[in-house]
Amino acid sequence: MINLELPNKLSRLGGMAHAVAEGMFRPISRKYDRLEHTYPKELDMLRSILQGMADGGSDMGADGLSREKKGRRKEIKNGSNMAIVLNMMEICWGDAGLALTIPGQGLGNAAIAAVATPDQKKRFDGKWAAMAITEPDAGSDSAAIRTTAYLDGDEWVLNGEKIFVTCGERADLIVVWATLDKDLGRAAIKSFVIEKGAPGMKVTHLEKKLGIRASDTATIMLDNCRIPRTNILGSETIDTKKSFAGVMQTFDNTRPVVAAMSVGVAKAALDLTRELLEREGFCFEYQGNRFEIKAIEAEFYRMEADLEAARLLMFKAAWMADNGKPNSKEASMAKAKAGRVGNEITLKCVELCSSIGYNENVLLEKWARDSKIFDIFEGTQQIQQLVIARRVLKKKSKDLK
Amino acid sequence: MQNNYLTKPMSMALELLGRISSSEKINQWHLREPALKLVYQSLCQSVRVGKMAQTRFFASRPLIPEEKLSKNKPLKKDIFDLTLTREQQMVRDELLKFSRQNMRPMARDADNGDIPADFFDQINALGLAVSGVPEAIQGVGQVRSPISNMLMAEDLSYGDMSLAIAALAPSGFVNALTEFGSLDQQARYLPSFTKDKFMPASIALMEPSVRFIPDQLKTTAVSTNAGYRLNGMKCLVPLGMQSELFVVFARLDNHGPRGFIVERHYPGIEIEIERNMGLAAASMSRLVLTDVELPKSALLGEQEVHYSHERMIDLSRISICALAVGTCQAVLDYVTKYANERIAFGEPISNRQAVAFMIADMAIELESMRMLTYRAASRAEQGLPFHRNAYLAQVMCAERAMKIGTDGLQILGGHGFVCEYPLELWYRQLRAVGILEGSLLI
Repeated sequence: MINLELPNKLSRLGGMAHAVAEGMFRPISRKYDRLEHTYPKELDMLRSILQGMADGGSDMGADGLSREKKGRRKEIKNGSNMAIVLNMMEICWGDAGLALTIPGQGLGNAAIAAVATPDQKKRFDGKWAAMAITEPDAGSDSAAIRTTAYLDGDEWVLNGEKIFVTCGERADLIVVWATLDKDLGRAAIKSFVIEKGAPGMKVTHLEKKLGIRASDTATIMLDNCRIPRTNILGSETIDTKKSFAGVMQTFDNTRPVVAAMSVGVAKAALDLTRELLEREGFCFEYQGNRFEIKAIEAEFYRMEADLEAARLLMFKAAWMADNGKPNSKEASMAKAKAGRVGNEITLKCVELCSSIGYNENVLLEKWARDSKIFDIFEGTQQIQQLVIARRVLKKKSKDLK
Repeated sequence: MQNNYLTKPMSMALELLGRISSSEKINQWHLREPALKLVYQSLCQSVRVGKMAQTRFFASRPLIPEEKLSKNKPLKKDIFDLTLTREQQMVRDELLKFSRQNMRPMARDADNGDIPADFFDQINALGLAVSGVPEAIQGVGQVRSPISNMLMAEDLSYGDMSLAIAALAPSGFVNALTEFGSLDQQARYLPSFTKDKFMPASIALMEPSVRFIPDQLKTTAVSTNAGYRLNGMKCLVPLGMQSELFVVFARLDNHGPRGFIVERHYPGIEIEIERNMGLAAASMSRLVLTDVELPKSALLGEQEVHYSHERMIDLSRISICALAVGTCQAVLDYVTKYANERIAFGEPISNRQAVAFMIADMAIELESMRMLTYRAASRAEQGLPFHRNAYLAQVMCAERAMKIGTDGLQILGGHGFVCEYPLELWYRQLRAVGILEGSLLI
């Protein structure tokens, strides 16, 4: 039966995350926006709190973004994917930069949860894993990566340069995309887990950024970097039919999470804008002819409607993953909608609040800087539109480039 | 004196009859017989007018409170869920089939004023209205289900928005009665929606004004000894030319808006068709109400139901949003097929990002509209507050539905502009989404 309210169990989880965001993130939000590249030591305590929360969520949370096997006719459930997007949304309401650098919660963890063998899951359990895909000459076009891997005895040897690695300096593990054979294109691309301190791996640069400054963004050089043979995620063989699709599937799980970040930050901006406007005597009643109300009120409702749409698309995509339904299109829809409206809303809120919004005394200007990244990483707005268009139009990537 | 309008003309006629019968001149000129006959006829006429002002609907048996549709259905399971119930899925399959096979092919002719005679029989056979009538009075409804009603609007609008409005106008009346009507009103009026014949009925809320505000009505209802006297003008009344029953909304004395059940034959009602941009098949009409005298029992909900105008508006907004979702889905599906088949510069135009991205955006915004609409309806169904949700759904649909309509037409280029293709019709219909208030009610 159609119900778009969150169940009590999830609401409680969200309430806890919200409390953490408000109590732990907000007070240090501005501090680490200014102290770029300084590790927020306050987060060490958070790691255990979050683990406790996830474990407390019993059947949801701790197992990461795994997906229900499809085909099995089961009762509809609200599982870990929904719990994770909800958590992420609330935490990012507190601070997205800090959320991106919570120990143990990297994107690499999501990749490991999605495709690792039981043995690998056990070996990498409790470790913080970053994700390294982008290269200086391969951004959205991830099939064009040049980092190579070859087998030498019982070890993989990796060579190449990875940029824009979130948590690249702070994480314990880096999940790296590399190709086994440049000539075989995307089918030869595999994920490898590199442990910190592996010979030949070096962090060479940290970016200075527009926003999410609390989160480190690293450049990593791999110079004959050696890792155990068992550190490859998925199969060693090159299956020209399947392989890349398998790798790309990770995104179906992680895109709703990025949508959640965007929704959380936009909600923060909208909440504060409402508060500031109400202090000025504004009253939001959702009444009357849409054209008879004040422009500022109408603008506010439009933003609220867009934010609500992004939020529901995000939950829909996560819900589909929880129930084993293919959700590639919906995951991209959530990301596309949330990415763009998150950015629009945070920018508009600064404008609506005028000099107060632009001033660093409140966080509105920070959120307007932070939000831009959500329309870029994990696939830009345009990449999402490509994915959606291909799904809607039933097109192959060779036709719709 | 109970029926003013009945006794006044009658007493005048009788007085005249008395005078004529005593007139010497008439007797002289052999005019007595014809004159008497004339007067007799006019007397009959006024008596008949008087009778017509009485309700023509009678309850075969009273409804008891337990027999009303149950409201605020609690969830079987506390869970976020987007799957339809088995019944809803069955109805959806059926209606979408009807939309594709029956409505879409007749949409163009219907827009030109030519609706096949059996369309309304087919609609009646689908059981739309009867599904909202309680079982105790010959209906098949058990629960009041805004979600099911919303889905019907979406699925029929996928066939054609105008025809969907016409088809669902009686359901709007029925839902208004099961939502706000008294026991007596339900028992009196609803059984006529359960027959083999389509029963045309509708809701009349909008008024012809450039700044129409749904809770500031200019149509007035004044309390009289006998009941109420209505004056005013209503516009965009769906199925107005055919409807035998209306719920007319008017400002009651110095109170706020209330609904009044008005039977078509009541004296003082003039109905004319309104030609408009795109809803010809819905027979959108103007109602001119001049001293329409209503019995006390016409007040929707009478004294036993708390009437909330806000709730009425909100339920109706969700239904308009559902129409928008259905029509926009039709646009998206059509444009998708077209863009894949239309060749330009040696390949399908859908191979170009400029076209493909427009389609991706249409898909995103359509799903956004749908999610907001579904959430508002599901909150209404569960008895949760849904005013804000309905308002935001309308904000979203009013803007994005038109955008999808105009972008869809754009993708067809010149073909979008000509009547050989449905895009220009959908474009005209989607303009109504930001305008319609209170046309239907889920």
